[in-house]
Amino acid sequence: MKAGHKFLFGASIIVVSVVLLITQGVRETGVYFLTPSELADKTSADPSFYDVGLKMGAKVVPGSVRRDPGNRQIDFEVSDGVRTYPVTYRGLVPDTFTDANDIEVIVEGRLGRDGVFRATEVLAKCGSRYEAATEGKQA
Amino acid sequence: MTLLGEFCLWLALLLSAWAAVLGFSGRWQDRPDLTASVRGAVVATFGALAVAALSLWKGLASHDFNIEYVAAYTSRNLPDGYIISALWAGQKGSLLFWAVVLSLFGALAQLLTPRRYGALMPYVAAVTSAVVAFFVCTMVFAANPFERMAFTPADGRGLNPQLQNPGMMIHPPMLYLGYISITIPFAFAIAALLSRSLDTGWIHAIRKWTLVSWLFLSIGITLGMWWAYVELGWGGYWAWDPVENASLLPWLTMTAFLHSVMIQEKRGMLKRWNLGLIVGTFLLSIFGTFITRSGVIASVHSFTQSNVGYFFLAFLVVCGILSFTLLYTRWSSLKAEVQLESVVSREAAFLFNNLLFVGVAFSVLWGTLFPILSELVRGTKITVGPPFFNRVNVPIGLLLLALTGIGPLIAWRKASTANLKRQFTGPVAAGVLTAVGLLAAGVRGLYPVMALSLAGFVAGTIVQEFYRGVRARRRMHGESTPVAFGRLVARNRRRYGGYLVHAGVLIYFVAFSGMAFKREIEATLKPGDSATLTSPFGHTYTFTHVGVSQFEALNRVVSAATVQVAKDGKPQGLMTSEKRQHVDSFRRPTFEPSTEVGIRSNLQEDVYITYAGSVGGTEEAVYRLTINPLVWWVWFGGFVLAFGGLVTMWPGGGAVIPGARRTAVRPSLAEAGALTE
Repeated sequence: MKAGHKFLFGASIIVVSVVLLITQGVRETGVYFLTPSELADKTSADPSFYDVGLKMGAKVVPGSVRRDPGNRQIDFEVSDGVRTYPVTYRGLVPDTFTDANDIEVIVEGRLGRDGVFRATEVLAKCGSRYEAATEGKQA
Repeated sequence: MTLLGEFCLWLALLLSAWAAVLGFSGRWQDRPDLTASVRGAVVATFGALAVAALSLWKGLASHDFNIEYVAAYTSRNLPDGYIISALWAGQKGSLLFWAVVLSLFGALAQLLTPRRYGALMPYVAAVTSAVVAFFVCTMVFAANPFERMAFTPADGRGLNPQLQNPGMMIHPPMLYLGYISITIPFAFAIAALLSRSLDTGWIHAIRKWTLVSWLFLSIGITLGMWWAYVELGWGGYWAWDPVENASLLPWLTMTAFLHSVMIQEKRGMLKRWNLGLIVGTFLLSIFGTFITRSGVIASVHSFTQSNVGYFFLAFLVVCGILSFTLLYTRWSSLKAEVQLESVVSREAAFLFNNLLFVGVAFSVLWGTLFPILSELVRGTKITVGPPFFNRVNVPIGLLLLALTGIGPLIAWRKASTANLKRQFTGPVAAGVLTAVGLLAAGVRGLYPVMALSLAGFVAGTIVQEFYRGVRARRRMHGESTPVAFGRLVARNRRRYGGYLVHAGVLIYFVAFSGMAFKREIEATLKPGDSATLTSPFGHTYTFTHVGVSQFEALNRVVSAATVQVAKDGKPQGLMTSEKRQHVDSFRRPTFEPSTEVGIRSNLQEDVYITYAGSVGGTEEAVYRLTINPLVWWVWFGGFVLAFGGLVTMWPGGGAVIPGARRTAVRPSLAEAGALTE
């Protein structure tokens, strides 16, 4: 085998592995990013969609935020104007999660069969930027 | 002053458009009178933009809140230093900063490039001026920093508290300098293609420029990690945020380019690949700017959404089409001069290195764009996060780390068994010993152990190279060890600077693997209560809550929570983390509250505390307590990397004489390198 061919062989192994890593990575770590109404559509079309890890982007319903700082728990409702879901989160919320009226959040977690969204991560946007909340992040 | 500033913007637009058009047509028609005028216009563009930047600074310094930009990013009680950095804190100002620096680089390229590359210069001027014209155009038509408002507020909004950090004064300009200077190598590449002077000349002409932009990007990225670590408060320094990714992308392709040009210089191969890489790097730098400024992807760094994004998208598409079309038309004249002789050779190691770098870049780009792509293709948005990026990039990163050790030691053309044995016995033993030592010490986890063992191997190769070089000089010249060491590096800057860069990279890898062992708890503590946390190095930390104090500072109201820290029972003193509410000079709140973390660093691990708020206004406080292993080494690795970069580009020393291509197999690289005087 000529060196050029050997190199092409090695190169194709690299290219194939990178492509495999990417496709597998997307399949196994990718999560849906849905609005509340899209989530409602999904669960009514496919009841097994409960307890699936996903992200939901919506606005916090003003006045719905109940904080229990001692237990580091926060409950609130999110809505896109069509559907509203109660969210419960145990952990520390970012500074951008204020009591202002126009907070947009991205919550990551699972919708339980009881209709409550249990978040494992909360990102909040206020003004012009998002801020990452919590644990589970790597370096 | 805004009138002058605005006038200068328009003047710069005309000048740069003039230089762009005449640069192309003057060189095309071979009219020296026109190309001389182009040179003048390039320098004059810089003059006009410099005056524009100074007048914006004047506006910022004199608190002219009638200017929208001044009111949006400064306030009367903002510390003076941040008045300077406010120039690049916002969208509009940073565009001006970009344009002025690019025009400076464009002018420097015209003035500093040796005469022998004269034939390229009108085209280089044309390309840089076209890019300057684009930036000025964007400012004038979509984001004018001199825009005035119908009323004058009594005070400005002030600078975002997270940007009120000394690191933030230098992180963005460093990153910008990196992004901006990529334009110069890109301009030379296009000039080489247009003038069909496709030998290695253009590569020699841009060597310094590529190193400069690589160095600035590296420093900018490292400072960005530092800023994220001390200001964002989530306890890490890299989150695979889209904007972080955007800064990493051109760095990856630029690093690939720095390696692959060596093959073109030495062996006349990879001409198309190199041109493709430099064009790709430039496009990625524009893409990064687009990501940051358009708001298409949610990120920590997003500027306010605006139509500036469309300008960048259009520019990106136009540049991409033009450059690749041009590359395609010159395709046949870019054949390699020789063929690869063996896969066990330095060429092959570099080729694999390049593929892996581009593979990392591709996966990062893919993951960053995946939400958009999936929505376009399947109608549903799917996002990927840190788990995806780590899963894909950790294995590729480890392969790259291995090549960091293999590449510099393996012979050009075809390595013999003797060469392999001689070069790799010691380093492989170092790697194996590291692995055995780690496992014996109870370190577990496939990736961290692999990373640290490979780091041991690479460290072995670097130490061996320095040792052999020094030994050879001692024998040949009878020098003492320190003198031999100094001269060895000074007379082979490119090579030994490169080893220092590799040393920085391996320190990064060691530091990154430390984060696999991070420990973290959240605790709600009354004064006097304590929480304990055991670090991966086996130390037990006890945090005793002292209390929460409230006070007012220059431009903020602060609530500070303090803990007493003890390590293995020994008191270490107090650590404080603050919640800050920034206010303007009328004590009205500006921005949402921000958190200032408490960090105590040593060579093993960082103690990192975050105050998350009090319970019902009492002194009972909620904390996140984190032990981050080996973080200090990230900053040290960055320092070594930057220092090595400086050594490689320091004038003189390892300069390559244009045209002289060394194709001979050097019998022993260490000695040969050490002996070249």
